Amino acid sequence: MQILIHLSFAILAISMVLCFARLVIGPSLPDRVVALELLSMIIVGIIGIHALQSDETSFLDVAIVVALMSFLATVGFARFLERGGRRDD
Amino acid sequence: MIELLQGLLLLAGSLFMFVAALGVVRLPDLLTRMHASTKGASLGVMLLMAGVALHFLEEVVFARTIAITFFVLMTAPVAAHAIGRAGYFVGIELWKGTLKDELRPNYNPLSHRLHSGLKKTPRGADETAHHEDKGDREES
Repeated sequence: MQILIHLSFAILAISMVLCFARLVIGPSLPDRVVALELLSMIIVGIIGIHALQSDETSFLDVAIVVALMSFLATVGFARFLERGGRRDD
Repeated sequence: MIELLQGLLLLAGSLFMFVAALGVVRLPDLLTRMHASTKGASLGVMLLMAGVALHFLEEVVFARTIAITFFVLMTAPVAAHAIGRAGYFVGIELWKGTLKDELRPNYNPLSHRLHSGLKKTPRGADETAHHEDKGDREES
């Protein structure tokens, strides 16, 4: 069981690195916003696994808050783009 | 037995998230990247939360995991729609292999107006199209 938990942590860490690569090289701002949203979803997963590993249920509230914040950030970026922000990068 | 099921759920969820991240890095286009990240990460979060709920087996944790799952399921498509629409309006480049772009002939990028394609109004005369349409119906 511990091995599976650590394996899931490793897989999620690799996906965070991949996501961060897209965040750095993304050719335009919407690409970066998509990468940021996926990054926050991976963070929600990591918080869930950490709550499972440490037997602490109050970490799940943090996961709820992170999900809410990522949604608000994405919608805010979308509004900013539609209202005429910087067009590239 | 339940530990094995829970470990398999965790592993499957993290693998789906890995596939989503791989798609975000490898796919050629904003819309295809969005497709990968939204679906893969939603399923990954759902499976991970199912594993967490199986580990604790309490009502409070069930409620929280269901809240997280419900929230991700509700917000991921809305956020993807918003950012895809913004990207299209900004003028993101589509992939070269895109076969069909049904928005292109019906969308006026200068006035941000969408035509349905069914109405036979000339391009640019759509500012008061709704009012004229309503007026015609009332007269007839």
